Amino acid sequence: MRFLRLLAIVAALAAGLQPALAGRIADADLSARVAALGAGGFDEVETAITDLAATGDDRVPAILDRLGEGELMVRKADGAVFFADKAGKDYRLTDPVTGADAGPAPKATVEKIKVNNRIRRAIASAVGALTLMSPDPAVRRAAAEAVMKSADAAALPALEQAIAVETVPDIRAAMVAARATALLASDAPESDKVAAIAAIADLGSRDALGFLSGYTSADGAVGDAARKAAAAIESRLMLWDMGQNLWYGLSLGSVLLLAAIGLAITFGVMGVINMAHGEMVMLGAYATFTVQEVIRTSWPGLFDYSLLIALPVAFLTAALAGILIERSVIRWLYGRPLETLLATWGVSLILQQAVRSLYGANNREVGNPSWMSGSFSVGDIQVTWTRLWIILFALAVFLALIAVLKRTRLGLEMRAVTQNRQMAAAVGIRTPLVDALTFGLGSGIAGLAGVALSQIDNVSPNLGRGYIIDSFMVVVFGGVGNLWGTLVGALTLGVANKMLEPYAGAVLGKIILLLAIILFIQKRPRGLFALKGRAVEA
Amino acid sequence: MTDKAEGSLLYLDDVSVSFDGFRAINRLSLVLEPGEMRAIIGPNGAGKTTMMDIITGKTRPDTGDVLFDGSVDLTRLDEAAIANLGIGRKFQKPTVFESHSVEDNIALALKGRRGAFATLFHRRSAAEQDRIDALLATIRLSDKRDLLAARLSHGQKQWLEIGMLLAQEPRLLLVDEPAAGMTDAETAETAILLKDIARTQSVVVVEHDMTFVRALDVKVTVLHEGSVLAEGSLDAVSANPKVIEVYLGR
Amino acid sequence: MITSFLIDSLDRRGRIVVGLLVALALLVPAGNLLVPEGSAFHVSTYQLTLFGKYLTYALLALSVDLVWGYCGILSLGHGAFFALGGYAMGMYLMRQIGARGVYADPVLPDFMVFLNWKELPWFWHGFDMAWYALLMVILVPGLLALLFGWLSFRSRVTGVYLSIITQALTYALLLAFFRNDMGFGGNNGLTDFKDIVGFPIQAPGTRAALFAASALMLALGFVVASAVVRSKLGKVLVAIRDAESRTRFIGYRVEHYKLFVWTLSAVMAGVAGALYVPQVGIINPSEFDPAASIEAVIWVAVGGRGTLVGPLIGAVAVNFGKTWFTGALPEVWLYALGALFVVVTLFLPRGIVGLWDRVVSRRTKPAKEMDGSGRRAGEAA
Repeated sequence: MRFLRLLAIVAALAAGLQPALAGRIADADLSARVAALGAGGFDEVETAITDLAATGDDRVPAILDRLGEGELMVRKADGAVFFADKAGKDYRLTDPVTGADAGPAPKATVEKIKVNNRIRRAIASAVGALTLMSPDPAVRRAAAEAVMKSADAAALPALEQAIAVETVPDIRAAMVAARATALLASDAPESDKVAAIAAIADLGSRDALGFLSGYTSADGAVGDAARKAAAAIESRLMLWDMGQNLWYGLSLGSVLLLAAIGLAITFGVMGVINMAHGEMVMLGAYATFTVQEVIRTSWPGLFDYSLLIALPVAFLTAALAGILIERSVIRWLYGRPLETLLATWGVSLILQQAVRSLYGANNREVGNPSWMSGSFSVGDIQVTWTRLWIILFALAVFLALIAVLKRTRLGLEMRAVTQNRQMAAAVGIRTPLVDALTFGLGSGIAGLAGVALSQIDNVSPNLGRGYIIDSFMVVVFGGVGNLWGTLVGALTLGVANKMLEPYAGAVLGKIILLLAIILFIQKRPRGLFALKGRAVEA
Repeated sequence: MTDKAEGSLLYLDDVSVSFDGFRAINRLSLVLEPGEMRAIIGPNGAGKTTMMDIITGKTRPDTGDVLFDGSVDLTRLDEAAIANLGIGRKFQKPTVFESHSVEDNIALALKGRRGAFATLFHRRSAAEQDRIDALLATIRLSDKRDLLAARLSHGQKQWLEIGMLLAQEPRLLLVDEPAAGMTDAETAETAILLKDIARTQSVVVVEHDMTFVRALDVKVTVLHEGSVLAEGSLDAVSANPKVIEVYLGR
Repeated sequence: MITSFLIDSLDRRGRIVVGLLVALALLVPAGNLLVPEGSAFHVSTYQLTLFGKYLTYALLALSVDLVWGYCGILSLGHGAFFALGGYAMGMYLMRQIGARGVYADPVLPDFMVFLNWKELPWFWHGFDMAWYALLMVILVPGLLALLFGWLSFRSRVTGVYLSIITQALTYALLLAFFRNDMGFGGNNGLTDFKDIVGFPIQAPGTRAALFAASALMLALGFVVASAVVRSKLGKVLVAIRDAESRTRFIGYRVEHYKLFVWTLSAVMAGVAGALYVPQVGIINPSEFDPAASIEAVIWVAVGGRGTLVGPLIGAVAVNFGKTWFTGALPEVWLYALGALFVVVTLFLPRGIVGLWDRVVSRRTKPAKEMDGSGRRAGEAA
């Protein structure tokens, strides 16, 4: 009777979701038909069940379910039918149609409606028909999946009926699979069962694999078929798993890209080692938090747009901080990368402590706007909207940056200063201004990264620390001074990391990757896409 | 191939190298006899410095043979090994060890065991001290021996570097623009010094300064776009129409 | 030969430093054990242990200076060698606990019993013997440095690239040592030590001895470092720092020199870590934190890199400041440390010792004879 219970739950859920569903008749009509259940012998009960099923009312499955469980009782006094729940020695009666409490009843005043196997079959088929043939496709799908899980032979007739009339292809497929599971549970001939296994194998899902695993140890043709089918599903699922890991990897890669891309400008283009780069990301995240706080208190209606508003704020905050650092510290240290490294490390400590003093040391909550919450699936791959948006955002930032470098005056001057500072100055480029703006641009992009990372990571003063080593690895791996190298580097490292995780675990995977990069740098000290020749000899 | 190399000190045959598609050296061939002094001239980008990089092991050629002493394949050795074979190099921009004294600069360059442990327990012998003193006299820096190299004038640094080169007792010296940034008097003295050196050692001089090259009075090789354009006496190559075209334009 | 080689290496300043350290090794323990508590010359056990810790930091700083100040290799991962030496010592101290642990297992340390391990992992064998542990204190950091250096220097990874991969190295080790199944106590590390070569580790006498050992080991490290720096090899190192490729072209195989000084430096850092652990009573993965390694670099910068004396002064001064600040004004400490990084790199490129030299030379010599050497120290890197 598990099957009935499931179907009833499905129906109840569907009813709860859609109270105004057309499939309801007047309470009085339904009450009259329910009362007929208590009217006489098995033949009459069977007729009454058919009658109830014919109403298509969504309250019927629950009633029939209780009937099957022997919890439907007739009150001797007036012949009315109630749900009866045991309460001490007595019963507590509930109206099956309205759900109204009908008070307690001593054991002697009520009589259980008797059920035999014929009645049970009738109930099963009626409930099955009601849910499996519900006008609402969602209900039908849920019912088919529920039957599939319960694998109850009693559902077979209802399924046959439903399959015959089902028009939606994938619901029909689900029903066929459900029939197959029911068939396997029944005492059908072996050939039918082998066919059933084939039908289940067609599903290819994890549920199907779980179901088949119950038969893989069976003897004979059924066992053979199940083993073969399970193996086929396993290899298919492995592909999906790889797809899922690939997706996780791309997602991680896009995060790395966002964090590293600003560094690719400051380190790759300018040759400045900015150890406070992670803190620029952190500033962007806190800018996002602040924007959300202001919106929450002043214009709650704008919450869905908070990230869009935060983007320019974060960019400007980080860019200004970057320009300030460049003008006050870094510009005195050009050509002395190791000193720059130490000084900017000092700056990072100061920034961390400043944020800790202002916002406190604890994690801050940054909310997801509605358009970024939730997820959907592609095949067996779960895709969350947050991750999808971050990937798109990372690519957008990357392309925008390429465009800035290639198409704008600032980009031209930046490249000129990088290639030959004296010459650039000689043709009238104000190199200090370009330095400051370039550094501001790199830092601003880190700020943008902070907006994205605030959605998936803890916003705390230490946020930046976690990304600085990874970012350097990405830039160095990809090849310093080459933005496309950074893109390829970020995605490669992201995917490699997630592909390693299932085998090595998260921490070991990361260690392996770090060591691999260390070895890689020994082999190709200038990264994947290295510039060659005299220009880079130093 | 080694037949032709036999008896030569330095032998380059069909050497090419390119950086990102740009052919810095293009099928370059060059033979230097023992004891010979050769001047290499050529416009900017002709591949003079790259050629030196190849000989000293800084750059590996894509193709071609580079043989020392007729048989030693230089393309397989690193800078240190090539230096220890007896090839010394002076850079275009004088590079001396600025935080060492003049004397220490010479002492570091002095021929001797180069292993880490040998240097750790090294004590300067009287013979070495004599050699250092002699070299300092040759390069006229005896009175500045305790001065930090950083505090020498540009010309003095050039001389110190030549002194370091001599201290290595190389069989072949590669000298890149030794007269650059020197006064006329210094240039003339440098030419005399080099000719003096060339009596016992082979020298390759890369130079822009034609007066200097004339003062050396040796065979000249003209490089252009990574290969040899002309070879002969300075007067002969100056009369070569191809050379005139390259230097003066069409 | 070696002794004369070591002794001759000290200049006047070096002799003062070594003399001071030997005096410290004798006087401070005496001040703790012999001078009665009320006296002005009494040294409390807290002060003794604290200063002992500073001395091990000074040895670490000295090792960083050897590679950074003299060879231009800025290591952002020397904390790893320090921590590995510390873990080797910690493993010895763990084995000494024996059956006195909470779970009273005669062989397995508590955390292994807690993890349900049945037997000692292979790499824990032998650590019950002091000589073996001491050998490992030297070998483990030394071999790691040798391997890492051989790979890096051979392929000519230099400058910031090298700095970044040293940082990645210590970061990878940090992650690894956090894992419980690495077998080094995971997050909690190794602690609750009972005794060292048979003496109770908390006893005043043991603590005084550890202090003296730290001071003497620092003196020895200083003498060795001076000898190396003043030898011809030391001159080659400086030559490499200032003009690496020039050094190659006069025939020195730069990678061998770097490898030598790098490995020596790592061993010194390992010894420092081994002395650190019994005095603070714990070793955990946080010692591998890249931030800790960078902090060691700033000690050197503050004192004056390329001076050998400077790192000692820097390590003690900065850590004294840290102890004072974190006690009195914890909020301010990170600001102060951050500002120290900025100010020293911008305004004090040769640190305290460089400043002192400049003041002294200005007073004693005419301005034109001023020392011109240090300006370039490290710039070429």
